[in-house]
Amino acid sequence: MNLLLLIGAPLLTAVAVLLSRNRQQVRWISLAGSVVQLGLAAALLLAFRQETAAGNTGQVFFEMNYPLFSSLGINFHFGVDGISVAMILLTSFVVIAGVLVSWNIEKMTKEFYFLLLLLALGAYGFFISLDLFILFFFLEISVIPKYLLIGIWGSGKKEYSANKLALMLMGGSALILVGMLGLYFTGEHSFDLLALSKTAIPADTQHLLFPFLFVGFGVFTALFPLHTWVPDGHSSAPTAGSMFLAGISMKLGGYGCLRVATYLLPEGAKQYADIIIILSAIAILYGAFATMMQKDLKYINAYSSVSHVGFSLLGIGMLTQTAITGALMQMVSHGLMTALFFAVIGMIYDRTHTRMVNEMGGLMKPLPFISTIFFIVGLCSLGLPGLSGFVAEMTVFMGSWQNDDVFHRVATIAAAMSIVVTAVYILRAIGQTAMGPVKKESFLQLKDAGWNERLAAIILVAGILAIGIAPGWLNDLLRPAAEEIMNRIAGK
Amino acid sequence: MNEFLTLMKSELLVTAIIFLLLFIKISKGLKNESLLPLVQVLLLVNFVLGFFFNSEGSLFGDMFTTSSLIAFQKSILNLAVYLISLLCAGWLKKTQHLAEFFLLMLSALLGMFLMISSDNLLIFYLSLELATIPVAAMANFDLDKKRSSEGAMKMILSSAFSSGILLFGISLLYGATGTVSFNELPGLLDGSPLQILAFIFLFTAFAFKLSIVPFHLWTADVYEGSPIAVTAFLSVVSKGAVAFIFMSTLYKVFQPMLDTWYILLVILAVATMLTGNLFALRQQNIKRFLAFSSIAQVGFILAGISSNDKIGTSAVVYFVLIYVFSNLAAFGVAAVISGQTGKENIDDYKGLYKTNPFLGWILALALFSLAGVPPTAGFFGKLFLLTAAGSTAAYWFITVAALNMIISLYYYLRVVRAVFMDKNEQPIEKIEISPSVKMALIICGAGIVLLGLLSWVFEHIESLQ
Repeated sequence: MNLLLLIGAPLLTAVAVLLSRNRQQVRWISLAGSVVQLGLAAALLLAFRQETAAGNTGQVFFEMNYPLFSSLGINFHFGVDGISVAMILLTSFVVIAGVLVSWNIEKMTKEFYFLLLLLALGAYGFFISLDLFILFFFLEISVIPKYLLIGIWGSGKKEYSANKLALMLMGGSALILVGMLGLYFTGEHSFDLLALSKTAIPADTQHLLFPFLFVGFGVFTALFPLHTWVPDGHSSAPTAGSMFLAGISMKLGGYGCLRVATYLLPEGAKQYADIIIILSAIAILYGAFATMMQKDLKYINAYSSVSHVGFSLLGIGMLTQTAITGALMQMVSHGLMTALFFAVIGMIYDRTHTRMVNEMGGLMKPLPFISTIFFIVGLCSLGLPGLSGFVAEMTVFMGSWQNDDVFHRVATIAAAMSIVVTAVYILRAIGQTAMGPVKKESFLQLKDAGWNERLAAIILVAGILAIGIAPGWLNDLLRPAAEEIMNRIAGK
Repeated sequence: MNEFLTLMKSELLVTAIIFLLLFIKISKGLKNESLLPLVQVLLLVNFVLGFFFNSEGSLFGDMFTTSSLIAFQKSILNLAVYLISLLCAGWLKKTQHLAEFFLLMLSALLGMFLMISSDNLLIFYLSLELATIPVAAMANFDLDKKRSSEGAMKMILSSAFSSGILLFGISLLYGATGTVSFNELPGLLDGSPLQILAFIFLFTAFAFKLSIVPFHLWTADVYEGSPIAVTAFLSVVSKGAVAFIFMSTLYKVFQPMLDTWYILLVILAVATMLTGNLFALRQQNIKRFLAFSSIAQVGFILAGISSNDKIGTSAVVYFVLIYVFSNLAAFGVAAVISGQTGKENIDDYKGLYKTNPFLGWILALALFSLAGVPPTAGFFGKLFLLTAAGSTAAYWFITVAALNMIISLYYYLRVVRAVFMDKNEQPIEKIEISPSVKMALIICGAGIVLLGLLSWVFEHIESLQ
């Protein structure tokens, strides 16, 4: 399969959106474009499974390589492995859902969809890049759209949040840049991921460069204590913006931490694994307890994202194959779940015009569909078996437990305890909004979800169930790639 | 004779235009409405011809030299001058002395051409003067504004001062080595204290022209006082030309003193970036703002130069080319707005996007490119400069430079925020943009988007060496 299609589809859609005449056209073009993207992602999955079924055990598939700045060793080098396929699939799910829930945006519709598609373009490009420079390029592409989406269409203290997000992410990028150039000059003047993985990098250099890359990508995925842009950014962003931010953009960071930092610098990863574990355990617990104190639904989900994403980083820090597979599963699962969570919050806010938990109540009566989805996503978040959250977190814990020293055990137990806290805040939030007596008379007049919102929710729920009930296919995708990374760490 | 024509082609073309303008002026003169398009066409022809009939060699007993890279550098400057003539049409049409303005501008351009091509300290000094004095006169072109005269005065005084220092440096160097030829100097340099002193004086003169910290103090006032066309010329053409000759002097002539200038360059690069960035944070006037931002950009150029490598040369030339498009787009938008409404404060730009979406997008693209955010070309330009700087394995240096990119993003975002997000009771009303200005803005915008993605531009620059 030609991977350029994955970049071409959002790019063409974005250009078509720019050229379109009215709001109606913009929406339908975007929807058509995102359906195509979903189709491409599904085709990629099928093609990938065919290849593996045919016994192809290559490191990357569907590789393509075009020279760009060949004198500097920069190439358009693309290729996917199981991790990329899973992430691309996740991206396409979130994109289509995001397009659907933004259906009724009235302010500057064209610009809004254009920026959303640009964000999607950055994510697809990032996941298929095998050249660090191009990877970095696609990572950075998404900074402008995020800034503008929050600043123009956001709510609350949006300018502050947009600035904070842009500057912190840029700070992360600056660190990545230094690490990347360090790799470039250590290796044979190449940005190529595969070539770099074959060069022997001295342990000293690895120890020096690993923090740059890991912390740099860590900023994107809310590594404690650099997570502070997450709550503000997510709660100020418009619904689709939050979905993209939490569902896709934070995964870019996780992917980078694993695929670039840990994979290329295994010695560095071993050196700093304990610090990663400590930081992510803090993030998990701190995120969970901070969520307990929140009254705004968006802040609840934003802080709980910090906690949930912590599991991915914890899995990476544990450095066992199962834990890394779990970390990747958690990325996919959290992407779907949090996108759905933000979508539901957006739907509720559009109707009640409040996001404060204590101002709502009894929404189940006027809004049965939305409230049901809210239930499902809440249960997924607290890790109910049968939904994706359980599978992912369970795998992380299983993998973590394989390390049998006291430190790792304590960290695992501490992280696992957060689930209790999660249950408390999730059940409380759902209970107060959906159950109980109807708080305001006006709530009874509210209309339940429209077709677009139903479709968006169903697509994401389908994803959550597909992982929750039958996690085997995702495991098959991720395990070989995780094994490859483990082989590097074990020095094979 | 034939060799003379091809080698000095760029200079001769500019001289021909200058004479043509003089004849028009002294015969009966043309109205601005017809003179301006004529000049624009001439500049376009000049730019296009810059790509043909190029050859390499030197003239006048190695006083003057040219190569394909030098010809390309001249083409960049030609392009910038052409774009300025298009972008600032609104202001140019209104000036009383249009012919004189172009006479001065082209004389300065001629000086820069000779300066880039100079292969001898004497011709270098002469051409530098030719490139400076007309600009000071141009800075004074808003005849009824005090600030304009003030800026011109500051510029001429600081230029005279730096010329004095340069001459002193040249004479010391001559005293120490007995030659002023660029080809003979490297063999005679051994890093003796006298030579280092002479070098520092020369360096200072360059630093003045490039507004490297701590010799940047004239920049903001001159930029603010001058008409926008002149500010654009100063910040793009003048900077670019000096950066080119600065780089080739360091690489070619002062190669034996690499250790001395490398340290100097790195320290000044950091100081220049930081100072430019920190001062840009709080500026209100868009021209002052762009002045400090251009100081910060020079810091990055210095970082690229510090590589002392082929990649450094390519990265700097490429960056200047991108900088031409990005900075001129920003100045172009400022010129359109100031020409129509007289507003030059960032606060006045609030709500610009609502009334003038086209200008808003171009300005945003320009600022993102200056900040080095993809997909704009500025991203590639900055990254290549840092890659060049990293080739000497100075990790702390790249780290500082990368952190500076964050500071700069903050203030560029401030303007973007004003344009896109802030509300304004009285935004700038809808501005009618004339087709030629619009075309120039679109050229700049296209350049900003495409130059990075079309890698052959960079490869071409690389192949010229």
